[in-house]
Amino acid sequence: MTVNMIVCVKQVIDPEAPPSSFKVDEAAKKVVPPPGVPPVISPFDENAVEAALRIKDAQGGKITVLSMGANLLREVVKKPLSMGADELVLLEDEAFTGGDSWSNARALAAAIKKIGEYDLIFCGRQAADWDDGQTGAGIAEILGLPGVTLARKIEVTDGKARVERVMADGYEVIEVPLPALVTVSNELGEARYPTIKGIMAAKKIEPLVWKPADIDLEPAQVGAAGRKTNLEKLYQPVHEGKCELIEGESPEEAGVNLALKLREAKLL
Amino acid sequence: MAEYRGVMVHAEVAEGKLAAIAAELLGCGRRLADDLGEELSAVIVGSGISGLAREAFASGADKVYIVDDVLLQDYQTDAYVPVMEKVLRQVMPGILLMGQTSIGCDLAARLAFRLETTVTMDCIELAVDAGSKRLRRTKPVYGGNARAVFTSELDPQIATVRAKAMTPLAPDTSRKGEVVVIEAGLDSAAVRARVLEKVKQEVEGISLEAAEVVVSGGRGIGSAEGFKQLEELAGLLKGAVGASRPPCDNNWVPDVRQIGLTGKIVTPDLYIAVALSGSSQHMAGCSGCKNIVAINKDPEANIFREARFGVVGDWKKVLPAFTEKVRELLAG
Repeated sequence: MTVNMIVCVKQVIDPEAPPSSFKVDEAAKKVVPPPGVPPVISPFDENAVEAALRIKDAQGGKITVLSMGANLLREVVKKPLSMGADELVLLEDEAFTGGDSWSNARALAAAIKKIGEYDLIFCGRQAADWDDGQTGAGIAEILGLPGVTLARKIEVTDGKARVERVMADGYEVIEVPLPALVTVSNELGEARYPTIKGIMAAKKIEPLVWKPADIDLEPAQVGAAGRKTNLEKLYQPVHEGKCELIEGESPEEAGVNLALKLREAKLL
Repeated sequence: MAEYRGVMVHAEVAEGKLAAIAAELLGCGRRLADDLGEELSAVIVGSGISGLAREAFASGADKVYIVDDVLLQDYQTDAYVPVMEKVLRQVMPGILLMGQTSIGCDLAARLAFRLETTVTMDCIELAVDAGSKRLRRTKPVYGGNARAVFTSELDPQIATVRAKAMTPLAPDTSRKGEVVVIEAGLDSAAVRARVLEKVKQEVEGISLEAAEVVVSGGRGIGSAEGFKQLEELAGLLKGAVGASRPPCDNNWVPDVRQIGLTGKIVTPDLYIAVALSGSSQHMAGCSGCKNIVAINKDPEANIFREARFGVVGDWKKVLPAFTEKVRELLAG
């Protein structure tokens, strides 16, 4: 069977940016984007795109990418297209910003309903900004779908998906009837790089852009206005920074001195 | 209208006993319940688990709810969510604590949406606000670069709690309490996503969570071959080998070795980080360790902001000499 897939991806501040460039505006309770570091697709969402592409490679199918925010950079949100996805839907409006998992899942679920046809919905296990990991489960709950979280492998046969789910001491194999929602973890393996051909093809694909009214929601039901949690405070933890550097005439001697130091500190 | 009152802990079961996280949650729950002047209960869900109530009382629970059904043998979303929904609608606790585990994360998010309430995931601090009496939930965000504090007006207030973030009480086996049995009332046909099998990938030797010494390697180790040197050192120190994400993603070590935000959380006495930059995502898994030792050639590496002792240098030169000296010291 060919498989109809929807992958939810989020544009975030690059989590690989050096920690020293990370700044918080405590009064605004917002992270200040590091200057000169462009945003990226949240890494687990790239794993989710990869999961969908592997199914498309194996048996054919269509992949619709869904993203949400305001002022989404086209070169960022089009990356899944250049990796091999087919269509792009953007929930793009100032009203969609500042949401929590509740309002975000609600808007994404409404968009998925409007897209209509799907066998599998993929999300990353958690986004690299709020590290919450509940939007995927929330979408499944709102749409009344079965779901599997923390997937490391997904195969589709006969209207069912066979999913390997990451556990602390290994994994479990779960069988779920379609349609279903799956959240993907990094154990799936790294996402492929876009190809030149893919980048050229992605340029020609125009995203569908939807506002709250297009998915039958009021602006008050989405983004910051639709939140159910209050963000009371956002701050950076203090680093004590008291590392004692052990030296030597050579790297080998430094290694020996380190062992002596650990013995002195009763750590050996 | 009935009010939401009391603190409830979902006490996870592992290998026929309460999981380590359950005692940590009960320790935290006890403090919150005492601050509110309310009751602390535990809910234990599984198959053949009635005998585990004693453990929950010993760890601080006043009351234990038991849901025991063969359909609850393994964690399955479609079985556990309706059972927990039933328990919560019946008991109406003001606060529900769960573990930030593969079970807790899945269950908490589904439950919160089903009950139209909120959950804050991966909390490391929980406190009752002195004024509003609402739960202040502190969690690391942006891969550990920042922390956020959330509240919500909706009940029950659900939080999942990171492993080893909370301190269990000293077990008191003389503590007793009331056991309440709740029927699961499950229909097996309602279970859509079914567990077919479980595959253990436990690595040889001491487990990471139990090890008193962890020797961890990062991207700079460069190969599976390189990790053999870390294994040698770990063997000498009777410790375990861990890794940051890149070595796992590159298959130099199995995924179950991964330490960090999305891997394992360890609190050994000694954590030796070799050729590992110390990203916030990785530090989330080991920052509870007081004695972090770093070997890295980049003096600007974040790991030196977190370490107690460090050597700036090429690990390929530093580590063999260090290992030999450790061998000599331990033999002497």
